[in-house]
Amino acid sequence: MARKQVNPTRMELTSTKRKLMTAIKGHKLLKDKRDELMRQFILLVKENKALREEVEAGLKQAALNFALARASMPAPVLDTGLLIAGQHVELEASQKNVMGVVAPKFDFKTSSADESSIYSYGLSSTTEDLDIAAKSLYDMLPKLLKLAEVEKCCELMSFEIEKTRRRVNALEYMMIPEMRETARFITMKLDENERANQTRLMKVKDMMLEQEHHYQERANALDV
Amino acid sequence: MYKIAVLGDKDSVYGFAAAGLDVFFAANDPRAARTLKELVEGGYAVIYVTESLYAYLDKDIEAYRERTLPAIIPIPGASGNTGLGIARVRKSVERAVGSDILFGSPDSGRGD
Repeated sequence: MARKQVNPTRMELTSTKRKLMTAIKGHKLLKDKRDELMRQFILLVKENKALREEVEAGLKQAALNFALARASMPAPVLDTGLLIAGQHVELEASQKNVMGVVAPKFDFKTSSADESSIYSYGLSSTTEDLDIAAKSLYDMLPKLLKLAEVEKCCELMSFEIEKTRRRVNALEYMMIPEMRETARFITMKLDENERANQTRLMKVKDMMLEQEHHYQERANALDV
Repeated sequence: MYKIAVLGDKDSVYGFAAAGLDVFFAANDPRAARTLKELVEGGYAVIYVTESLYAYLDKDIEAYRERTLPAIIPIPGASGNTGLGIARVRKSVERAVGSDILFGSPDSGRGD
């Protein structure tokens, strides 16, 4: 395992250990964040899938209705009928915070409360098919907006989860082992220095005693 | 106060005008990218884009992907459902989870 190039000093050891503690704490927090994000994401994405299938089916039906309407009246009449919007949809966007992900929340209101204002065209020159088509699309509106909100939230969350996962992995498999290894290296080096020092002192002490008391010479004299 | 836009070929989007949304016609050409940019800067919080145009504008939309607003959402156009919308959901799942756990085999999630 790779370790950082550091000076094996007590100060370095203390700071490495402190960093290690922070990394471990951060790792735990990020892991919790990832798990919770994932749980919420799975719930949301299921809703997203269901909603999308529903909206796509609804829009397909609306497209069919419009095709019928177009078949039953001249194109210019249809165009003018539709392009003069009888009402306008206004959107209120607020923000909600899901585990640190800032996602939009949409509310809409129509400019006129009267539902019939979607039929802004003259009824004499248009057919009933157009009414049905316009209504079918108008009814889809709340779902469409909900889809926009959920899908955007899902997308933002997926980015956040990816980021968090990378961070968790980087901490778990790179930073923490690296710091452990560094701390271990410093401890070993310090111990080694300590032992070297001890041996040297013992050796010096022996030499000094020898100088003072001449043990070796006396032993030699006894032998003779 | 924000607005909602629908961007796509005329046949696909003109119906939305009746529902009170702002419609913008765009074919698959470089002008569409400019329209999209104008919409984003013009206070549109939700922009629905037809699937075929969404595929064409993918690079331009990429820039807004990590922003809170606007939400650019693909919708099936008049020519039918290409499965791009649901593929996008699947991609989100893959990005987040690492593998596709909701849709099973690659083709089972197709709406059409």
